[in-house]
Amino acid sequence: MSGVFVWIEQFKGEPALVSWQALGVGRKLADEIGEPLIALVFGQNVGELAQKAIHYGADEALVADDQTLAAFRVEPYAALVTKLIEERSPRFMLAGATTRGRDLMGTVAGQVGAGLLSDVIGLDVIDGNLQATRPIYAGKLLSKEVAEGDFQMATIRNRAFPTPDPDESRTGTITQVEPVMAEDEITVKVEGVEEAVGEVSLTDANIIVSGGRGVGGPEGFEPVRELAEVLGGAVGASRAAVDAGWIPYAHQVGQTGKVVSPDLYIAAGISGAIQHLAGMRTSKVIVAVNKDPEAPIFSVARYGIVNDLFKVLPALTKAFKEKLGR
Amino acid sequence: MHVVVFTKSTPDTAAKVEVDANGNVTWGDSPLVVNPWDEYAAEEALQLKEKQGANTTVIAVGPEMDNDALKHCVAMGIQEAVRVWDDALEGSDSLGQAKALAAAIKKMGDVDMIITGKEAVDVNSDAVILQAARFLGWPVLSFVAKIVEIDPATGAIKVERLVEEGRETVSAKLPAVVTVVKEINEPRYPSFIGIRKAAKLKIPVWSRAESGRARSEVEAGAAKTKVLEKFPPPPREGEVEIIPSDDVEEAARILAEKLIEEKVV
Ligand SMILES: Cc1cc2nc3c(=O)[nH]c(=O)nc-3n(C[C@H](O)[C@H](O)[C@H](O)COP(=O)(O)OP(=O)(O)OC[C@H]3O[C@@H](n4cnc5c(N)ncnc54)[C@H](O)[C@@H]3O)c2cc1C
Repeated sequence: MSGVFVWIEQFKGEPALVSWQALGVGRKLADEIGEPLIALVFGQNVGELAQKAIHYGADEALVADDQTLAAFRVEPYAALVTKLIEERSPRFMLAGATTRGRDLMGTVAGQVGAGLLSDVIGLDVIDGNLQATRPIYAGKLLSKEVAEGDFQMATIRNRAFPTPDPDESRTGTITQVEPVMAEDEITVKVEGVEEAVGEVSLTDANIIVSGGRGVGGPEGFEPVRELAEVLGGAVGASRAAVDAGWIPYAHQVGQTGKVVSPDLYIAAGISGAIQHLAGMRTSKVIVAVNKDPEAPIFSVARYGIVNDLFKVLPALTKAFKEKLGR
Repeated sequence: MHVVVFTKSTPDTAAKVEVDANGNVTWGDSPLVVNPWDEYAAEEALQLKEKQGANTTVIAVGPEMDNDALKHCVAMGIQEAVRVWDDALEGSDSLGQAKALAAAIKKMGDVDMIITGKEAVDVNSDAVILQAARFLGWPVLSFVAKIVEIDPATGAIKVERLVEEGRETVSAKLPAVVTVVKEINEPRYPSFIGIRKAAKLKIPVWSRAESGRARSEVEAGAAKTKVLEKFPPPPREGEVEIIPSDDVEEAARILAEKLIEEKVV
């Protein structure tokens, strides 16, 4: 048994930020058990990413560069991870709890019969086993869980752990590995991705400005967007606004939308239903803008302005433009 | 085509969920509902029944409380319901439950698709379905926002998945596991006749032995993860500071300054 594996997720060569956070956690675990930290980098032309993984703390990177691995697919990725686990017998493996990370880790856990702690917000080694804190019941409760067995896995929630600072002087070993499956053995084919262009990803965003039923219509998202733009943030929404068809579902925050944890969450015209709070209550600073001083959103907010959002948001946009010189 | 909906009961999402003095999770007198994501899976199965003549079954791996979810799906129009459970599964982890689910699906024999919500809202996890897919050796099409086409003759399936960067179009071959997101459809309400049928329904319970798994493989002792403790999250610190806004421009300036001071912008 030796080493801690961290899967470095990429899309078209762009690394997922949460992968660096996972490397940061992996570094801590590896140091505690006194074993090497090993990054798994799969894709096509991903040599540079392997180098970056070393800068972010890995001792070694196992790189598989192949056309069958260009776009993420569970089958070839899980088969390769399984082979590497058999060859290297790592103690632990980590990945981000993204759509891909969840698929990959859940599948590998089934394949090798490992305990998997998913979507964790805290992770330690206690008596040689992984012990995690993870939200349950949409964050209404937390659960402390422990893994057992020779090989243990965890997926970590985006932004729950700090992103380490890269150290460009760090050196490590880069080892090439071969894929396990040939294209004709893979049943799933990716036909294309329609990318949401020019938008900041909600789950990566440091700042989110969200609109609810209070914005009154699709055009009501204009002042929300303008404020988000000045702040370099992403646009979120309540389910009421999504269900009304004012903004696509990809923007929904909450129990049946995305769970986000930005530094700053500005909720405009959102009442603060329990299902909405489930998606944003771990934000560092919450600002509520609502006409109704009794709205439950104020109970989780640090700052509130009780007024019309159509007056407050443009005024905020103006104030930030002046103060940030944008 | 045989489509199986995999579900479980969860407390109503509006429920106040707490931990009692014995460390058990309670939700007052709030009702149990079908795991909200699974309603979309049941609706999609019903559309496959209506458009393609699929046979539909709903299955849960869990204690009696899961009957609520099974009955809801039957009331929506799903034809058959099965619950897999016995005392060996008490305290089992996702691996044990996945083995029981995969075994039950194998026992049915003719299943082309398992469809379920993207996660269970109580445990915040999709581990059971992913691991069951592995035990069956079936591909997983997760976070599906649209089933573009299914060709029952060849088993070819094409779907659109919601991933971080946008929508990904993927094709595969049945049998497969599909997990769905909310965007896929608008679930119907149970019909009056459906509710009557569900109320009268006696749901068969398959034991682990019936579904062909050894006790030692699924029981709590074989679990690779254990829950030590459940507890409420720490309360958010401090009271809200309401910034007076008789002069909105002034209020905005004050708020902007405070946020810059807090280093969040
Ligand atoms: C199973 C289930 C899952 C759910 N999942 C989610 C989820 O993931 N995310 C989610 O958000 N909801 C979810 N909901 C819905 C949730 O219960 C609420 O219905 C929803 O969040 C309400 O959205 P809202 O706050 O925008 O609308 P409302 O509750 O109608 O609130 C609108 C607010 O805007 C204020 N307002 C109106 N006009 C103005 C103005 N000009 N200026 C300032 N303020 C104004 C009002 O005072 C009010 O507080 C779910 C519900 C269920 C049953």
